[in-house]
Amino acid sequence: MAEKIKWVHKDFISLDNLSKEEILYVLDVASSFEEVLKRDVKKVPTLRGKSVLTLFYEPSTRTRTSFEMAAKILSADTINVSVSTSSVSKGETLLDTIKNIEAMSVDVVVIRHSCSGVPEFLAKKTKASIINAGDGRHEHPTQALLDMLTIKAFKNTLQGLKIAIVGDILHSRVARSNLIGLKKLGNEVRFVGPATFIPECFKELGAEIYYSLEEGIYDADVVMVLRLQKERMGAGFYPSEREYARFFSINKKTMHYAKKDAIFMHPGPVNRGLEITSDVLNDKRCVVLNQVTKGVAVRMAVLYLLLTGGKSEN
Amino acid sequence: MKIKLNNLTIVTSSGLFKKNLLIEKGIIKQVSDKPIYAKFVDVAIDDKDLLVFPGFFDMHVHLREPGFEYREDIESGMKAAVNGGITGIACMANTNPVNDNAVITHFIKCRAEQTELPVSVYPVAAITKGLKGEQIVEMGDLKNAGAVAFSDDGSAVENSEILRRALEYAKSFDMPIICHSEEKSLSKDGQVNEGIISIKLGLKGIPRESEIIGIFRDITLAKLTKSRVHIAHVSTEEGVDLIRKAKRAGIYVTCETCPHYFHLTEEEVLGYNTFAKVNPPLRTYKDVLAIREGLRDGTIDVIASDHAPHHIDEKDIEFEKANFGMIGLETLLPLTLELVRQGVIDFKDLAEKLSRKPRQILGINPPVIKEGEEANLTIVDPNYKWVLTKESICSKSFNTPFLGKTMKGKAIYIIKGGQFFEINK
Repeated sequence: MAEKIKWVHKDFISLDNLSKEEILYVLDVASSFEEVLKRDVKKVPTLRGKSVLTLFYEPSTRTRTSFEMAAKILSADTINVSVSTSSVSKGETLLDTIKNIEAMSVDVVVIRHSCSGVPEFLAKKTKASIINAGDGRHEHPTQALLDMLTIKAFKNTLQGLKIAIVGDILHSRVARSNLIGLKKLGNEVRFVGPATFIPECFKELGAEIYYSLEEGIYDADVVMVLRLQKERMGAGFYPSEREYARFFSINKKTMHYAKKDAIFMHPGPVNRGLEITSDVLNDKRCVVLNQVTKGVAVRMAVLYLLLTGGKSEN
Repeated sequence: MKIKLNNLTIVTSSGLFKKNLLIEKGIIKQVSDKPIYAKFVDVAIDDKDLLVFPGFFDMHVHLREPGFEYREDIESGMKAAVNGGITGIACMANTNPVNDNAVITHFIKCRAEQTELPVSVYPVAAITKGLKGEQIVEMGDLKNAGAVAFSDDGSAVENSEILRRALEYAKSFDMPIICHSEEKSLSKDGQVNEGIISIKLGLKGIPRESEIIGIFRDITLAKLTKSRVHIAHVSTEEGVDLIRKAKRAGIYVTCETCPHYFHLTEEEVLGYNTFAKVNPPLRTYKDVLAIREGLRDGTIDVIASDHAPHHIDEKDIEFEKANFGMIGLETLLPLTLELVRQGVIDFKDLAEKLSRKPRQILGINPPVIKEGEEANLTIVDPNYKWVLTKESICSKSFNTPFLGKTMKGKAIYIIKGGQFFEINK
């Protein structure tokens, strides 16, 4: 385990403002929580008396459930605010919503929003800790951390790897967080897909850009496949799903371009047959469900660090 | 009212002069090399550190009335102008209802006159009805009502055929058209300049090409129609280049930029700072340098503020939902003086770009500092340091990224319409 470092962040917004050491520390804490998940009685009293509220302005199954599980295992009280039933549909502003939540002395607010920057905006406005569960196309830091924890479990290292992220990079907060985090840890990160999805500027952030799937995933240790985010897209990014699948889908054939022992990941939800085929999803090198398991541990670690500063004994 | 100004430096677009002025009943009575000895004056100023300019003019202002009085109204906007030392403003048409008919233009003129503030307000009417880009307004009627130009500012006239007809028709009435040059199919839903910052923040970018294509189209139509085109708020290096070439080719085109385009870069929006969200967006350092060069070599004729007040409730929200725009009437002068101090332009350029040229473009007689002329003067303390705070702002809104910054230089008196106004420091 890495040396215990002092946790100084009130919020968990982005991997951009975490150091390499801090990222590794969160991953170490998450690893230690994985053991709890294997117990018969999945409950520790660490966060007893603390409250965690999930505020999701976008649909989510995995992330929301994962945060709720994580909080409950740590004995925090959880409240879920769903947008359709809240005052938001009555026209309340985000600022008023967060002020009202704060007035109820909630300790942590886990937020997902379709607008980039909302967690950062709210963090400046409230005493509660804000956790970013995905904002627009900006960042999804806990997803990137669970991806890293998964990679580490299968590759036994988190540096010097060739990691190809394939698909709709432009609209993906998962790609941004992974790029930032994986580069900090010293990996080669490739963005693979049609040029409409990969602005050149990503090079300035350290990504390598490939428009050919074969070249892009050649010799890769990890292939991360992204969902086509139709809801965030204007027209004209690709001509048809048929053509996209033909040139950029990870299938039984294209998966062989990567290393023999490469693992295949996907943040979900999956468009089966579009960016990835069912036979790949069923392959033993596909670790999609491991990612989901690691997700709970990562979110436990984040909640624990924000609420205790890493001080409380586990 | 009798005013004597001794030992001040007079700055006009033709140069700097050490002259002494006597102003009586609003008329410049005496311009003399020797100090004025007149007794029994109402105001006597004797200060070698002060500068006298012909009253400043801001040709790009949103006064928000009628329709958006919670952001600004005609009176509060005029107070902001006075606070900035500005004695004339042209106000844009995107009110509600839109200033696309003589009744609204007349209303704005009347409201401005009622305030009795030393600011002349010149309405800019829309190019098309309701700013919809479909049917051109009654330009002759609007000119008679007091409109000085036409602009669909805030958006571009998308249909080039309609803009062409508008340019031709405006020419019949010798009226300029102010183009907000933007190819909207490229900028739709964009939030910030497209590039590394838009990628980092995960915001949809507005590519610079949107402005470049817009300016190219508008210049090309100016050439075709031989009409007077003024390009608003130029923000890109390529935009400046296109205008420079057009001017050399003899096309009648003028343009303006705003202080935020020569002082700030796109990095200002980091941290999702909605006060720096403006259209066109803040660009890169290379653009800032090109804008400065355009100001220096005269390609850019005018510095205007694009004063765009927004209520805090329209700014203190999700970045993508926040309105575009920042206020600027009260910072136009100090931010331009900064360019003088940095050696980009000199004092007489400042007088040209902040006073004479914008009026000339709009067909308004520029104030002249000569015996027998009406006095329309702004007196400036170029070295006065002050901090821009919510309290120091006279506008109803305070949406500016310069909030909290130290400014150097302030207008301290306005002499206009026979009156002497002391501006609060």
